[in-house]
Amino acid sequence: MNGNSFSLWVYLSQSPLLWLTVTLSVYAIADAVSLATHRHPLANPVLHSIWIIGGFLLITNTSYTTYFSGAQFVHFLLGPATVALAVPLYDNRKRVVAAIVPMLISLIAGSITAIVSVVLFARAFGLPQAVILSLAPKSVTAGVAMGISESLHGDASLTAVSVVLTGIMGAIIVTPLMNRIAVTDFRARGFAVGIAAHGIGTARAFQVDEVAGVFSGIAMGLNALVTSLLVPLAVTLLLH
Amino acid sequence: MIGSLSLILLCQLAGEAIVRGLNLPMPGPVLGLSFLLLLLLTRDRYAALRRGPLHNDAVESTGRGLLTHLSLLFIPAGVGVVQRLDLVVEHGVGILLTLAASVVVTLLATVATFLAVSRLLARNQAKQ
Repeated sequence: MNGNSFSLWVYLSQSPLLWLTVTLSVYAIADAVSLATHRHPLANPVLHSIWIIGGFLLITNTSYTTYFSGAQFVHFLLGPATVALAVPLYDNRKRVVAAIVPMLISLIAGSITAIVSVVLFARAFGLPQAVILSLAPKSVTAGVAMGISESLHGDASLTAVSVVLTGIMGAIIVTPLMNRIAVTDFRARGFAVGIAAHGIGTARAFQVDEVAGVFSGIAMGLNALVTSLLVPLAVTLLLH
Repeated sequence: MIGSLSLILLCQLAGEAIVRGLNLPMPGPVLGLSFLLLLLLTRDRYAALRRGPLHNDAVESTGRGLLTHLSLLFIPAGVGVVQRLDLVVEHGVGILLTLAASVVVTLLATVATFLAVSRLLARNQAKQ
């Protein structure tokens, strides 16, 4: 690189513009590929965008702080988008009200399964206690999960990593799994992925079916509440 | 559009303020979601509210617009994870297997419960 283009790179790589552009362009391509493969589970746009951008940051030796100065504009929209889930919920309110009993019962069953199964599997794989504490709240949205983890003296960054990995795994597995066991009720499919894989699962559900997306969004919201009450209880019962 | 966005942000702001003020164990935006839903339902009952963003499908279409690319919004946080993969590598493949197994079991338990309960209810209704 000659002097001029190097100083241009130094300037751009520190500006939010570059990283915002990278985030949007990589996603636009990943989403186009996902669409071209008829939303194939393995063409998940979140998965492919994050490794491509992550790799790019690694190659260019860019810190996450610098990247985030541009990406924060996208990140910020998560909150308003969560509020906006009220719209499809409103549109489908009759369906939702009709399914209130199955939702509440499977919320409790799913929430308990998510916590207990992760603790038991982690023990079976011989993971240390501190790691188990950090994994326990992995099925809820990152902000809430990190709060739970901190209150248990877990490692909040390990929690954040396991939350995102869980979300991506859930988003990839859900369609083939539900097809395999021949579940055609999109309310149930959506609700399950919202419990198991929070927002990333919900984004996947909206790609597949609007009703699935609505039920997934409800499940995600309710699970955040239930999990923060259940994890401390479960950890006390299972680990002491 | 600006009015609708303001209304959505206002709901979020109210949600965040209440969650932090009362130390509730839930995300502020989720409470904001219930505020927006409540507003939409109240509007259907009282014609006086049918104005601005609550009129002519305005806040609805802005909301749908925000949701069309929900996947995009998880990328900044996800990229942070790529940089902390050392935390996962440290504990080996056990962590990945644990998470994957737990996701599958959770999906199955939730979907089975949901279907069993709704079938039970449908059968009871059919009997009556």
